[in-house]
Amino acid sequence: MLHDIDFFIFGVMPYIALTVLIVGSVARYERDPYTWKSSSSQLLRRKQLIWGSIFFHVGIITVFGGHLVGLFTPVAVLDALGVPYVAKQWLAVILGGTAGIISLVGATMLIHRRVFDPRIWRHSSFADIGILVLIWLQLLIGLATITLTLQHMDGVEMVRFMTWSQSVVLLKVNAWAMVVDVHWLYKTHIFLGLLITILFPFTRLVHMISGFAAPFRYLMRPGYQIVRSRRQKPLAERKTTTPAE
Amino acid sequence: MKVRAQIGMVLNLDKCIGCHTCSVTCKNVWTSRDGVEYAWFNNVETKPGLGYPTDWENQAKWKGGWERTQSGKLQPRQGGKWRVLANIFGNPDLPEIDDYYEPFDFDYDHLKSAPEGKAFPTARPRSKITGKRMQKIEKGPNWEEILGGEFEKRSGDYNFEGIQKQMYGEYENTFMMYLPRLCEHCLNPACVASCPSGAIYKREEDGIVLIDQEKCRGWRMCVSGCPYKKIYYNWESGKSEKCTLCYPRIESGNPTVCSETCVGRIRYLGVMLYDADKIAEAASVSDEKDLYDAQLGVFLDPNDPAVIEAARADGVPDDWIKAARESPIWKMAMDWKIAFPLHPEYRTLPMVWYIPPLSPIQNAAEAGAISSKNGMPDVKNLRIPVKYLANMLTAGDETPVVTALERMLAMRAYMRSKTVEGVIDEGVAESVGLSGRIIEDMYKIMAIADYEDRFVIPTTHREQVEDAYDLKGGCGFTDTNGCSTGISKGSLFGGKKKPLKIPTEMK
Repeated sequence: MLHDIDFFIFGVMPYIALTVLIVGSVARYERDPYTWKSSSSQLLRRKQLIWGSIFFHVGIITVFGGHLVGLFTPVAVLDALGVPYVAKQWLAVILGGTAGIISLVGATMLIHRRVFDPRIWRHSSFADIGILVLIWLQLLIGLATITLTLQHMDGVEMVRFMTWSQSVVLLKVNAWAMVVDVHWLYKTHIFLGLLITILFPFTRLVHMISGFAAPFRYLMRPGYQIVRSRRQKPLAERKTTTPAE
Repeated sequence: MKVRAQIGMVLNLDKCIGCHTCSVTCKNVWTSRDGVEYAWFNNVETKPGLGYPTDWENQAKWKGGWERTQSGKLQPRQGGKWRVLANIFGNPDLPEIDDYYEPFDFDYDHLKSAPEGKAFPTARPRSKITGKRMQKIEKGPNWEEILGGEFEKRSGDYNFEGIQKQMYGEYENTFMMYLPRLCEHCLNPACVASCPSGAIYKREEDGIVLIDQEKCRGWRMCVSGCPYKKIYYNWESGKSEKCTLCYPRIESGNPTVCSETCVGRIRYLGVMLYDADKIAEAASVSDEKDLYDAQLGVFLDPNDPAVIEAARADGVPDDWIKAARESPIWKMAMDWKIAFPLHPEYRTLPMVWYIPPLSPIQNAAEAGAISSKNGMPDVKNLRIPVKYLANMLTAGDETPVVTALERMLAMRAYMRSKTVEGVIDEGVAESVGLSGRIIEDMYKIMAIADYEDRFVIPTTHREQVEDAYDLKGGCGFTDTNGCSTGISKGSLFGGKKKPLKIPTEMK
């Protein structure tokens, strides 16, 4: 029975999550782009938003990037580079821990503001509050796992998670067995992470994609201005030169 | 030279009576929806005053518009691209809704449903945001109506820059004017420049600046980027919205709603041809006082054969070129030089221009003490300080404003002489660098202001951009999402729609 749950969470759920994430996001972007937005509430109340949001976002982006790089760097690459597992683990604990705490502080400020400010509360959807609480819990659990990690700094556990994550994306369907006997806090963390991934296309979280795309769009745009034309064919090359000034 | 056409607007402030019909009709058409109750794509302010949103002209505070860097390049005053991106999590320059006002409604129902009592029932305000009772309305869209509030506060008006303003707080010296405001549809829009998503754009064919609602992600940098604070964040939809210059009307040759309904006939719409290649240079001249002249230099003379040829080559339709020749905007801005851009110092090259208002003579009581030139009062004696108008319209340069006011006074003197005394006084016209014929044209367009003279709007050329046959059986106007009506009770992606119910008082 327990193994069934493990099989579902670590063997099946990742695929459900990735499918929902990709298909859902594409469908939303294609079918309902008007709902694709950050849903900022800064206009209604500036208080607690600026710092709360900066802390939360800077922290969570660092943590997110850390997970991405940390989990999906092939172990062989680590070995080839000669990075000791202990060192990588310490880096993860220190960098991830700090960023996690910063993010948690921000998320707490944002939750407090959302719940106790009547303006924001009145205009929060169930999804807005739900996803924020889920992320807050996820941060809390993630930070709690650090206490476990500190008890085994040899990196064996870390390598297991790396191998599992990489096996999942490489479609090695039996990889779930690798992580069945880890501590329940790790398991909860993974489960919540997959759950948030599933919810991603249905919530304001989609603004993450735009957020990561914005710098490219904006910085690579030539100059500042945008002019749109409805002309379907470009105009013919102008024959005359600039008239005398 | 790259010729483009733009629908420009001129507002003759000399005739504005501050009736707010423009604002109300605009509101009814465009912003009577959830999330934009506080937004007025068109609003009318009483000047001097802090305006709406409060103190919007103070760019040291709001960081709107452009600034010229030491290298002579322009960048948004709120910061270049990296800076804008860095502020994406929390925009330090974004106004809060209280800087506009907290939208409210009244318990009207209570007036008829209240039980019999000793006191007459009243309709008390409730917030449109929280639905809760508001003890005090702190602000409204026109809070300083007819010089409301004490001078001490109103004198924070940015246009008092460089003026000894204390005397204007005295009853005898007080002055007042109206300033209707809408999106300027700038040639060098700072909102477009500030949008990281690239959702805001200027239309090539008519210069109208629009926000692509499907591309807007609610980063809200445009709100702070626009120095006129004419982009509004819809807190319900999470998207920014702005004045569309009523483009569906303009495309069919009709004036905007605000212009159509203006009872004072103060609004003019027409085509201006401009050289898109000159914009950057004009917007970045070093001296702010040169910006007005620089913008005049961007406009192209539609009577010049070389311009006409270039315009055709650049795809400007012939009827647009013809409309440009008959444009009231061209006449007022270029021929007569009586209309000016609002705050050219923001470097956005705005395209809604203003004719400064004449005002009563300051020292009328002391008849005879007024200095006069050619039988006209000296504009320096007008009640509204020329410097005040110059700060608003020409970055502080008084000369063009004086010329404009003198020309308007000359028009009055000439027409009075003609209609009352039956004398054609060419001398008055010449004294302000005009001729009797031009003055009569001015009179026809500015004073009589027939509909056809005020609005010279060519229709859009859809046949050049799409095949109408493909539109057969189409879904007409839709609000995104293909042919879906965009109206549904619940949505997989958007959450439940919660119409805000205004509670009524318990009995």
